[in-house]
Amino acid sequence: MAVEQADAIIRVRDVTVRFGATEVLDKLDLDVKRGEILGFVGPSGAGKSVLTRTIIGLVPKVSGQIEVFGVDLDAANAKERRAVERRWGILFQQGALFSSLTVAQNIQFPVREYLKLSQRLLDEITIAKLGMVGLAPEVADRFPSELSGGMIKRVALARALALDPELVFLDEPTSGLDPIGAGDFDELVRTLQRTLGLTVFMVTHDLDSLHTACDRIAVLGDGKIIAAGTMAEMKASQHPWLRSYFHGKRARAVVGSNTGVV
Amino acid sequence: MDGNPTLEQIARGNGLALCAAGSWTAPFAPVLERIVAEAEALSGTRPNISIDVSAVAKLDTFGAWLIERLRRSLTQGDAEATIAGLSANYSSLVDEVRRVKDPEPAQGGGLGLRAPVERLGRSVAGFVDTIVGLVAMAGAVMAAMLRVLLHPGSFRLTSTIHHLEQVCWRAVPIVMLITFLIGCIVAQQGIFHFRKFGADVFVVDMLGVLVLRELGVLLVAIMVAGRSGSAYTAELGSMKMREEIDALRTMGFDPIDVLIMPRMMALVLAMPILTFLGVVAALYGGGLVAWLYGGVDPDAFLLRLRDAISIDHFTVGMIKAPVMAIVIGIVACVEGLAVEGSAESLGRHTTASVVKGIFFVIVMDGVFAIFFASIGM
Repeated sequence: MAVEQADAIIRVRDVTVRFGATEVLDKLDLDVKRGEILGFVGPSGAGKSVLTRTIIGLVPKVSGQIEVFGVDLDAANAKERRAVERRWGILFQQGALFSSLTVAQNIQFPVREYLKLSQRLLDEITIAKLGMVGLAPEVADRFPSELSGGMIKRVALARALALDPELVFLDEPTSGLDPIGAGDFDELVRTLQRTLGLTVFMVTHDLDSLHTACDRIAVLGDGKIIAAGTMAEMKASQHPWLRSYFHGKRARAVVGSNTGVV
Repeated sequence: MDGNPTLEQIARGNGLALCAAGSWTAPFAPVLERIVAEAEALSGTRPNISIDVSAVAKLDTFGAWLIERLRRSLTQGDAEATIAGLSANYSSLVDEVRRVKDPEPAQGGGLGLRAPVERLGRSVAGFVDTIVGLVAMAGAVMAAMLRVLLHPGSFRLTSTIHHLEQVCWRAVPIVMLITFLIGCIVAQQGIFHFRKFGADVFVVDMLGVLVLRELGVLLVAIMVAGRSGSAYTAELGSMKMREEIDALRTMGFDPIDVLIMPRMMALVLAMPILTFLGVVAALYGGGLVAWLYGGVDPDAFLLRLRDAISIDHFTVGMIKAPVMAIVIGIVACVEGLAVEGSAESLGRHTTASVVKGIFFVIVMDGVFAIFFASIGM
């Protein structure tokens, strides 16, 4: 365990988050290891997005400690924080594209902020990123309001990957995508993880994603991590919620179709 | 190991090997771009050029694309440039960027004269569209009003009361404060300048006529356009952006009935109330200044006021109030429903709502001035 801890890219310790009187996260511990794809599941409203937003620093915590890339974000000064923020990319649930900028400008926005590049290289990189997420170069000049839901997700991923981050947070990346699109997305995340050595923290409800893309799964319930481990360990667990989640009707359909392939 | 990126040129027979080393990653992208641009100048100098990437410590999309770009510009005619020494885990990344098509050169703009003429045409057409939009909305609101008169049960009382609280009750303090201050200022200026002619006491006539006929209603209308017109536009606009208005339509509700009628009704009720309160506050402020600064004591002020103004002055002001409310409300709702997908569009239409609202309020005031003058009120 000690060795694994040393290699943790995200270290969450004793984190408590409260909204008014409701305790959303209660002394929560979680490690995300370098280079893995961690699937993060839990019932709706359990606080999956809250934990993600707490790690990123959008939600204040009552107590606890969060380290990303070995930097304690509470102790870090503005410059150190910026350095950390440059190394991660975030895909928000609704995409959160800037609605007054074109797709190309959206993707170039973080690059322009951190690197002084020629417009030519910016445009080429934009097309490369669009290609990576499976979009045609023609999309570059459109505005977010002219895109479909799936395209918004893809553009948002392209923006999250714009600076080639080491760590990517994906908040329900495949929700709202058709099954083929979702499958492509999982494949894409896998490919990117292999080629770029990406670490992925993925909040998801998609059992297919958990099967095909994730190395490890962490389950949130009652403000704590109930279980963390591989898919096989999850299935072997006797916890009632885990049993109904991984052995329910939908899960069986997925597992049945996958056993031949995996 | 993560050193600065380099690209060394090594002659190999009649060919040339470009040996890349170091970190070919995003943080070094500006340096890399320069290195690659220099190497691109070698294009066509040697029959075969290979790019050796075996010494590259780290590679990401930026580096991979620049290597690919270098390969493309070195590949001309028969001279095929190759990439050598690619490690297995980077090859899929290079394959990925290899699929990128060369960006097409941006097309130049049209002739110099065309753009301004086009813009002028568009703004003229835009003005016509604005008028048509306002008339259409006025018609739709009127039709909705008739429906309400025929079926009083369909009127949304709760919603109207809610909006009445927002635009009337909550606006009372600021409206009264500002009209009070304007009353003070008008009285002070009047006394200051009238004193030269020894006509101090006429300030009461001026204040009474000005505030009752024009200032009270205009000030309140401008404040309501800025305060409530903008709020209406922003509310309706963000509902439009998030498809809430489409959702209402598909459920069989008319957005005019559900969203616009209550807002219009609230505004039409609020404007006369606010105007009345505003007029009272302005006269109070004026009276206070006349007393403290001009030495006109309150009894004399009231006596003079009673002589100077008639019920007509009051009526003229109050008749205008609901009309102003309709103008502000219609402009705000048209602009709100015209919002498109972006946050920028929301901002533009909210601005337009206030600017057009105030413009039409002043135009209407002019029309009323002519009308009342010709009927002798």
